[in-house]
Amino acid sequence: MSKILVFCESANGNIKSSSLELITAAKASGHEVVTCLLGSEATSLAPSSGNYGATSSVVCSDASLDAYNSDAYFNALEAIIEKVAPTIVLASGSAPARDVFPKLAAKFDSGVAADCTSIEFNGDNVKLSKPLYSGKCIADVDFQNSKIQFVLMRPNQLPVGEADTSATATVEEVALPAKDLRVLIKEIVQGASKRVDLTEANIIVSGGRGLKEASNFKLLEELADVIGASVGASRAVVDAGWVDHSMQVGQTGKTVAPSLYIACGISGAIQHLAGMSSSKVIVAINTDKEAPIFQKATYGIVGDALEVLPVLTEEFKKIL
Amino acid sequence: MKILVCVKQVPDTTAKLVTKADGSGIEERGFKWVMNPYDEFAVEEALQIKKENAAANITVVTLGPKARVVDTLRTALAMGCDEAALIDAPAEADSYLTANALSKFIEKEGGYDLILTGKQAIDASQSCVTQMLAENQGLAHANIVSKLDLGAEKSIVERDLSGGAKEVSEIPAKSVVGANKGLNTPRYASLPGIMKAKKKPVNEVSLSDLGLSDSDSKTKLSAYRMPAERPPIKFLDGEAAAQTSELVKLLREEAKVI
Repeated sequence: MSKILVFCESANGNIKSSSLELITAAKASGHEVVTCLLGSEATSLAPSSGNYGATSSVVCSDASLDAYNSDAYFNALEAIIEKVAPTIVLASGSAPARDVFPKLAAKFDSGVAADCTSIEFNGDNVKLSKPLYSGKCIADVDFQNSKIQFVLMRPNQLPVGEADTSATATVEEVALPAKDLRVLIKEIVQGASKRVDLTEANIIVSGGRGLKEASNFKLLEELADVIGASVGASRAVVDAGWVDHSMQVGQTGKTVAPSLYIACGISGAIQHLAGMSSSKVIVAINTDKEAPIFQKATYGIVGDALEVLPVLTEEFKKIL
Repeated sequence: MKILVCVKQVPDTTAKLVTKADGSGIEERGFKWVMNPYDEFAVEEALQIKKENAAANITVVTLGPKARVVDTLRTALAMGCDEAALIDAPAEADSYLTANALSKFIEKEGGYDLILTGKQAIDASQSCVTQMLAENQGLAHANIVSKLDLGAEKSIVERDLSGGAKEVSEIPAKSVVGANKGLNTPRYASLPGIMKAKKKPVNEVSLSDLGLSDSDSKTKLSAYRMPAERPPIKFLDGEAAAQTSELVKLLREEAKVI
């Protein structure tokens, strides 16, 4: 039996569901599951990773790890990996994980499979599948001669198991290695949006040229407020300077896979479709019935997004 | 000052891709190969640094099958890079092999004062080589960078975080920096630039020159396939009020996503 190390992240005082997905998948493999957590909440949250199947947890609860620093995270995780000696390391593809785990893989002379959407265990080996070209096609990934198999999974892809609150993980602390940091974080400037990042969002409302002008994005914001969505945009309107690049969905923006994607006034350029077509349910609102977006949509409304959006928002208000 | 820019050749974002019947990869026809869009920001950043430091020398390096990837080097040279190097390797080279080959190349060339990359390539979207290369070289890195103020010893970088937030940090000037959209506006190659690029040297290196081989990848892709077809669309008829009330009902009762 080998060991699977699952990197867990927290939000609002709980382990994120994207991390619970991974514990659940690791547990089902039959291997020993060890979790790791960083930061001042780590010690209090770690036992609950046992609810989903971890037998033990290794934490580094140094408060300096509450905010991401590539050097500090690297040093802490290097110490944890050395201690646990896993065959497989699983992490969800959050921004910190995607930044630090490739560096750790290089340190441990190992390969990385990133942006994976499904996972299978085969003895000591893991087999993944992942979208390529932002989802224009899919392929399987196998490791070969990799000391450790580092896997970064896309969030919201796997089920979260039933919590067994009687099972808790034992917790062991490692000290943050005392090494000089080359990277010094001077300031975090919060974005205008308080919403969940597009890559982790469960519902996205997205706007394009059909919204006619930048100020009409407020219609999307109003709808997003009602249904708890994040707001995205097409490349055309990002390039036109209507909204920030962090909102761009597509091959040169963010690849997203929410449960519900509502495309408003987006015609559906290939690179946009690539970035969102793995969404579970897609609603398209567009004046042109021939627009490519309708080829990917589950439900379509042929109409002017500027007229449909306020009515739709009101309609949702009735039931939510 | 020696600057290295690492670039990758990828299919154009407008490409409609088709997988091969045997699942061994994509059909390499019917689209244009271009420089990875994020790498264009890295090339442009190097050129802007050179504008301020006339003594700077920019080498652009790529890894891939030489017959096709040489065009991407010519593009970078036409934009204004001084020298180019081509590491001839199969298209299957993974992040691990790519980062190792780049690292061995850097050692062979006696090191660089700044290494620039794109934040990720839009083919496999691994977003790994920047960090792996940094670790191989014993350097710090900053990825997803939308602003770089290069200093003599230290640089200030702005990184794009989740949800539109930005992180301002100080890193050693000699680091690996991965460019994001927003860092600058890449120039188009000028006609004289394109003419000049034809005469600039391309230094060809094989994996074996670097002590590596095709089989050094740690991950292998197989069973390439097209995504599952989506079920046919349901259009909602009537006026906006009828359309939206039907939509909300379907989202709640049929799709169960609200």
